[in-house]
Amino acid sequence: MRAQFVFHEVWIGLRRNLTMTIALVVVVAISLSLLGTGLLFVRQVNNTRTYWQGRVQLSVYLCTKVSSSPQCAKNGPATPAEMAQVKQTLSAMQQVSSVTYVSQPQAYQQFKQEFPSMVNSVSAGEIPDSFQVKLKNTQADAAVVAQTVNGAPGVDQIVDNSAILDKFYRLLNGARNAVVIIAIILIIAAILLVANTIRLSAFNRRRETSIMRLVGASNFYVQLPFLVEGVIAGVFGWMVAAGLLIAVKSLWLDTLQGYFSFNVRLTSTDLVEVILLSMVLGIVLTGATSFLTLRRYLRV
Amino acid sequence: MIHFDNVTKSYINQGRPALENVTLDVEKGEFVFLVGPSGSGKSTFLRLVLKEERPTDGRIHVAGRDLARLTNWKVPHLRRRIGCVFQDFRLLPTKNVYQNIAFALEVIGKPRRFIRKVVPEVIDLVGLEGKRDRMPDELSGGEQQRVAMARAFVNRPMILLADEPTGNIDPATSIGIMKVLDRINRTGTTVVMATHDAAIVDSMRKRVIELEYGKVVRDQSRGVYGQAY
Repeated sequence: MRAQFVFHEVWIGLRRNLTMTIALVVVVAISLSLLGTGLLFVRQVNNTRTYWQGRVQLSVYLCTKVSSSPQCAKNGPATPAEMAQVKQTLSAMQQVSSVTYVSQPQAYQQFKQEFPSMVNSVSAGEIPDSFQVKLKNTQADAAVVAQTVNGAPGVDQIVDNSAILDKFYRLLNGARNAVVIIAIILIIAAILLVANTIRLSAFNRRRETSIMRLVGASNFYVQLPFLVEGVIAGVFGWMVAAGLLIAVKSLWLDTLQGYFSFNVRLTSTDLVEVILLSMVLGIVLTGATSFLTLRRYLRV
Repeated sequence: MIHFDNVTKSYINQGRPALENVTLDVEKGEFVFLVGPSGSGKSTFLRLVLKEERPTDGRIHVAGRDLARLTNWKVPHLRRRIGCVFQDFRLLPTKNVYQNIAFALEVIGKPRRFIRKVVPEVIDLVGLEGKRDRMPDELSGGEQQRVAMARAFVNRPMILLADEPTGNIDPATSIGIMKVLDRINRTGTTVVMATHDAAIVDSMRKRVIELEYGKVVRDQSRGVYGQAY
C-alpha cells in the first residue's frame, strides 16, 4: 500500500470540488452537533433523575395562624399532638425512609438563601413549618404516602417535589426531541451530500479511475482515495461539531443551574463521551455512504 | 493465450448479436490483426478478453484462466497481464510522460525503486528518449500513442490489445507505431490489434482475422486486409 499515492489523490479530490467539500463539512458539523446536543440533553435528564432518585421528597406543610385553606381555618394551627400524630403515621410507613421537621424559622432561613430577592415580600411567620419526607423508592410511592396524611388534622397541603422535577424533565425532553428530529433530517441531508460529493469526485476523476481499472488496480486501490476523501470531510465536520458541543455545554446547559437550583451539572466526562460518540457516528456515516456510493459508480 | 469457444454476445435491445458463435485461438507470441467494418464486433471481442463484458454464451480462456470462473475481485489481476492501447491514447493531461507511465505501476502498488528502474527502460523501448518530462499536450499524436504503449507495456503483460492504435495518426507516423508494436511482440508478448488500416495490415504480413456482422469470415496466417476494402 502506498500511502503517499493515496493521500495525493485524496488531496486532489478535495481540492477539485472544494465547494462541495465545504458544504459537506458544514452539514456534517451541524448535524453531528445537533445530535450531540440531543445526547447531552438525555444525559442531563438522566443525571438529574439519578441524583434525585431516593432524594425525592414530599413536603407536608402544616397549618399555621395565617393558613388560608378551609381545613386549617376550621381547626386553627397544628397542635403539638397533631404534629406528633402526623409524624408517627409517616414514620410508620414502609415506603418512607426518613421524616424531618422543618420549623418556621428554619424554613424562613432556607427561603432567604434560595430566593434572596424576594425576602422583603415575605415575613418569617408566613412560611409554614413542615415535615420533609424522604422516600425510599421512586416517585410512584409519593402518591400513596401523600394520600395517607392528606386531610389529617393539622396538615395544610402536601407538595410533591417530583412534580416540579417532572416539569423540568418535560422541558428538557421536549427540547431534546426537537433537536434530535432536526438532527435526523440533517443527517439524511448529510448522507445525500456525501453521496453527491463522492459522485462528483468520481466523475471529476473518471479518466484516472478508468485507467486504473484498465491497468488492473484492485478495487480497493481505486476506491480508497474516495473513501478517505469522504471520511476526511467527516472528520473535519466532527471537529467543528466538537467545538460547538463544548460551547453548548458551557454556554447553555451549565447556565440552567441559574434557573433550576436542583439541576445537576454535566461532567466533562459526559461531554467527552458524547463527542467521541459523534466522532464514531461521523466516520461511520461518511465512510459507509462513500463506500456504498462507490459500489454504484466505480464498478469493475 | 486467448481461446474463444463458440462465444456469442448479444446486447439487450439489439436484434443481431455483436458476436455470434465465434471460435478462435490466439497462441502465445502471435501477432494478430482483427479487421472488419465498424460494428462487426472487433471492440466487443476486446472487451470480452478484458472481462469488461460477459459472453451471453460460450467459454473464454485468457492466459490460461476460464473467465467465467474468474471472480470479480480477481479481474484486476487478469488485467495486469493485459496491456491496452486505444485510438484516443487516454493519457492523463495533468501528468508528464514519466508520471503517466509510472501511474500504471503506482496504482498496482509497485515499489518506487522498481518504478524508477523500469519506466526509463520502457521510455527508451518506445523511442521517447529525452522526452520524459513533456506534458501530453506538448507531444505529437504519434508520440502520445508511444506513451500509451509504454504505459500498456511497462508491467510486461502477456497480451497487448490495441484498438485502432493508428486511427488518429497519419500514415508516416503509423509506421513508427507499428515498429514499436512489432518490437513489443518480439519480446514474446501476444499482440491483438483491431484496425481499419489496410496499408498496415498488408505491409506487416501477419495473421488476419476478419469479422463481419459478428462472425469470423476469414482467418488467415500471413494475410492481407482484403480486396473488398
